[in-house]
Amino acid sequence: MTTDPILRLENVHKSFGETHVLKGVSLTIQPRDVVVLVGPSGTGKSTLLRCINLLSPPTQGKIWLEEQEITAPGVNQDKVRQRIGMVFQDFNLFTHLTALGNVMVGLTRVRKMNKKEAYDLAMLELDRVGLVDRADHYPAQLSGGQKQRVAIARALGMDPHVMLFDEPTSALDPELTGEVLEVMQQLGQEGMTMMVVSHEMGFARRVASRIVFMEGGYIVEEGPPDQMFDAPRNERTREFLNKISSFEDNGQGE
Amino acid sequence: MDILQNLLTTLEFIIQGLWITVWVTVVALVVGLVFGVLTALMRVYGNRFWRQVATVYSVVIRAVPVVVIIFILFFVIAEYVNLSPFLAGSLALGFASGAYQSEIFRGALQAVPAGQMTAARAIGMSKVQAIWSIVLPQALRLALPAWGNEATLVLKDSTLVFVVGVPEILRRTQQVSARTNEPFIAFGAAMLLYLGLTLLTTQFLGWVERRYRLQM
Ligand SMILES: Nc1ncnc2c1ncn2[C@@H]1O[C@H](COP(=O)(O)OP(=O)(O)OP(=O)(O)O)[C@@H](O)[C@H]1O
Ligand SMILES: [Mg+2]
Repeated sequence: MTTDPILRLENVHKSFGETHVLKGVSLTIQPRDVVVLVGPSGTGKSTLLRCINLLSPPTQGKIWLEEQEITAPGVNQDKVRQRIGMVFQDFNLFTHLTALGNVMVGLTRVRKMNKKEAYDLAMLELDRVGLVDRADHYPAQLSGGQKQRVAIARALGMDPHVMLFDEPTSALDPELTGEVLEVMQQLGQEGMTMMVVSHEMGFARRVASRIVFMEGGYIVEEGPPDQMFDAPRNERTREFLNKISSFEDNGQGE
Repeated sequence: MDILQNLLTTLEFIIQGLWITVWVTVVALVVGLVFGVLTALMRVYGNRFWRQVATVYSVVIRAVPVVVIIFILFFVIAEYVNLSPFLAGSLALGFASGAYQSEIFRGALQAVPAGQMTAARAIGMSKVQAIWSIVLPQALRLALPAWGNEATLVLKDSTLVFVVGVPEILRRTQQVSARTNEPFIAFGAAMLLYLGLTLLTTQFLGWVERRYRLQM
């Protein structure tokens, strides 16, 4: 089956001054793909996600979102970001707004809906993550898992075509990761295209259509989970995946 | 009995200046709020040019005594625009307060975690939208305790407008004192009024602060 890719990266580089972080990353993501991105700390995984939604644009290389080259000069970056949802490790919920307010603010301010429409859609999104009964709670009154689910609902409200997750469960207590991963799995089953930085290997095996292993600013190897876990071609891939999988078995995983 | 009667009559006269004091304070605080927030935004988010404009305003105004600013507005600017003593006095206090409020709001803007801006941009807000509907509302809440302190300072500084003849509490107190030759009663009454006003202000702002406290 060949379709038009939803996201295409071509030789993406990113430097911060002298530090060369991404050294030529090329990647193609099809609609409904769930790509799990793994790699050692400091390898540039977060940087790659922030390049994709142009929070910090690449210093070189090109990115296409559907048929549009979003790295081209003159592109309205705010409009691009509307189509790319992002979920952060430390939630970043708006502290002065309730759960409902967090989802609504983008609908009224960015999508220019009226209050009523925004309210209805926001409640629908909160329902999707199972938090309707927490709608009027402020972030400080929510558990970590609930905060992250509100953050997912906030991103979904913008009706994104792709969702990026940057270690969505690593700031959570182990007993709270399940509820977040469940929501993400559900999203995957509904056909959302996702790119997830995560070391939750159980989730990767269950949900990922592809695993991408990055190290030192390059993509070392990519492939379907079975191949990556059981028959990786690259020695480094095997070592790394073995290490984090055994961490998880010992209950020390993220 | 006599003293009490005396105090009451005195209060009755001075209290007519109460509303003027309140209005001078309110106008000064609002003007100061607008200038303070604008210059704080310029200093935190502006380009080099706006940052410098804001810094010059803040440094110059804070270096000059408020009374001098009042005189400049009343005797110099009022030559060209029709400024009542009331307006000249309140605006001058407002400009002065704006410089101090700018420091308060700058600190508050910088205290809002960077992730708030990032998350706002990530849902497609422009920088201006993100500042206006995410960062600034949080900064204003963070600024409330320091702002309340500034409000009581402005309330007390409002006495300074008496130098251009605005009949606020202090000016009236002086008039009574001169007429009755009983400064103790006159200034005692003024003291009671200011004490009451300050207590009311802090009570009210304390309530606002509790109501809008940011839970981090
Ligand atoms: N704004 C920045 N300025 C300078 N250097 C940066 C910046 N952001 C990231 N870096 C550097 O880029 C490198 C990659 O960082 P990045 O956060 O992308 O790694 P990561 O793979 O997400 O790591 P982790 O697993 O620890 O989250 C690091 O060496 C980091 O110091
Ligand atoms: Mg990271």
